Amino acid sequence: MQTTLDILRIRADFPILKRKVNGSPLVYLDNAATSQTPQQVIDVIVDYYSSYNANIHRGVHALSQEATDAYEKARIKIQHFFNASKAYEILFTSGTTHSINIVANGFSSFVTSGDEILVSAMEHHSNIVPWQMLCERSGAILKVIPMNKDGELLMDEFRQLLSNRTKLVVCNHVSNALGTINPIEEIIAESHKVGAAVLLDGAQAAPHIAVDVQALDVDFYTASAHKLCGPTGIGMLYGKEEWLTKLPPYQGGGEMIEEVTFEKTTYAGLPHKFEAGTPNICGGIAFGAALDYINSIGLEAIAQYEHELLAYATEKLLEIDGITIYGTSKNKTAVISFNINGIHPYDIGTLLDKMGIAVRTGHHCAQPIMDFYHIPGTVRASFSFYNTKEEIDRFVSAVLKAKQMLF
Amino acid sequence: MNILDIQQDIIDEFSMFDDWMQRYEYMIDLGKSLPLIEEKYKTEDNVIKGCQSKVWVHAELEDDKLVFTADSDAIITKGIIAILIRAFSHQKPKDIIEANTDFIDEIGLKEHLSPTRANGLVSMIKQLKLYAVAYQTQLN
Repeated sequence: MQTTLDILRIRADFPILKRKVNGSPLVYLDNAATSQTPQQVIDVIVDYYSSYNANIHRGVHALSQEATDAYEKARIKIQHFFNASKAYEILFTSGTTHSINIVANGFSSFVTSGDEILVSAMEHHSNIVPWQMLCERSGAILKVIPMNKDGELLMDEFRQLLSNRTKLVVCNHVSNALGTINPIEEIIAESHKVGAAVLLDGAQAAPHIAVDVQALDVDFYTASAHKLCGPTGIGMLYGKEEWLTKLPPYQGGGEMIEEVTFEKTTYAGLPHKFEAGTPNICGGIAFGAALDYINSIGLEAIAQYEHELLAYATEKLLEIDGITIYGTSKNKTAVISFNINGIHPYDIGTLLDKMGIAVRTGHHCAQPIMDFYHIPGTVRASFSFYNTKEEIDRFVSAVLKAKQMLF
Repeated sequence: MNILDIQQDIIDEFSMFDDWMQRYEYMIDLGKSLPLIEEKYKTEDNVIKGCQSKVWVHAELEDDKLVFTADSDAIITKGIIAILIRAFSHQKPKDIIEANTDFIDEIGLKEHLSPTRANGLVSMIKQLKLYAVAYQTQLN
């Protein structure tokens, strides 16, 4: 089915797509690392600093009230985007890494020696290391849900790992290195059966799949604005109210308190308990604007078009002799991780850059996946709704050119 | 030949190329002709870890001059190493310590010198100089 999206009109929203790199028009295929920013979001950022920059939640003056209103409106936009039942279940964070660390730190109060935390074999380092640190502090044990060659989690093994010792199951919704969409409904249901909480790293899923945290019944969900056409340095943590109430605060400071004396401090209610200090106000407001932009196009139309791009690019790349694609699950987002026989991914990436094509090369902060495949890294092309089939053609011929130069 | 003269030779060679593609094709060829490190020296101790490509370097003193051999798992990185080794190998440690690497900029490979490039090149230059410092101390 052909897309109904007007891609040329959409591309006109993104000023950066007009630039040249190394003399060629930019082909930006590193969307899984960060997405580009539409003019509508850039305008919101400029407007904030031009019209109502002020500190929030504490000023009686007009600018402070306007900024507070805009920031809290953004929280509601995020709430609706992920269909949380309450706005205060959405915490502003600096991004997914920060979100995960809030939970990992808080869980120090809930896990003890001998408890188990399950983590999938295809996690980003940011969803491995905080849990290892938690295990070091608490004596809990980290166990790994294995995957197969296609990059799919082995669900039978997962079920066998679950026990009443399992306190938490952490997993990405979509793998950043492979694009696999994990069977999160089943993971959540099975985990809850043994009383374990579930945290999903949604950084790679939120830009491509409609997420309903209530329908999923997930305990924690995270996302980063900069993968959703928003700015860097801002993201969100969704937590069920009952969890966020129990979880101790992560950082102390202003904003997160109710009353401070030198003898004792009582903490503010949700969400402020977790939002110490002056937050990234402009970033939060721009995050909201970015979600407005995504909504104006529609996640369903985005997913459908990106799937078209994925199918087209996969077919074209597979025509290249010696290519191996890593992550061949039927259920995946528009990410293609690949290598060409005997060529180091860094070499391909370097030559593609000379031809104006931006891809990611390396281990994608997921070294355990690279170890699993016994490779130093991959070339990763990740597509967004503003990419075109013509760009994929340019990308594929550039890969062929690079291959020819390197052999 | 001293280091400066060799660097000038390299600059002259690269100035013959019209575009990046010729430069890179030449570099890839140089990479293929790199004086390879003996397998026994390809140890974890000798590896310079960049973020993406691995580089191994070994140094040996021959008379009063330092001889480098190296390898990398990425061919473009090997090409750059080949250029560096051509400039610095078979030179006195003192001259290596004092040499600068501005010629990399002049042959249009500046981007590879950026620390954010994470290809281990910056660490590699540092490593060549560290070897030189170590052997210089030995010679003193």
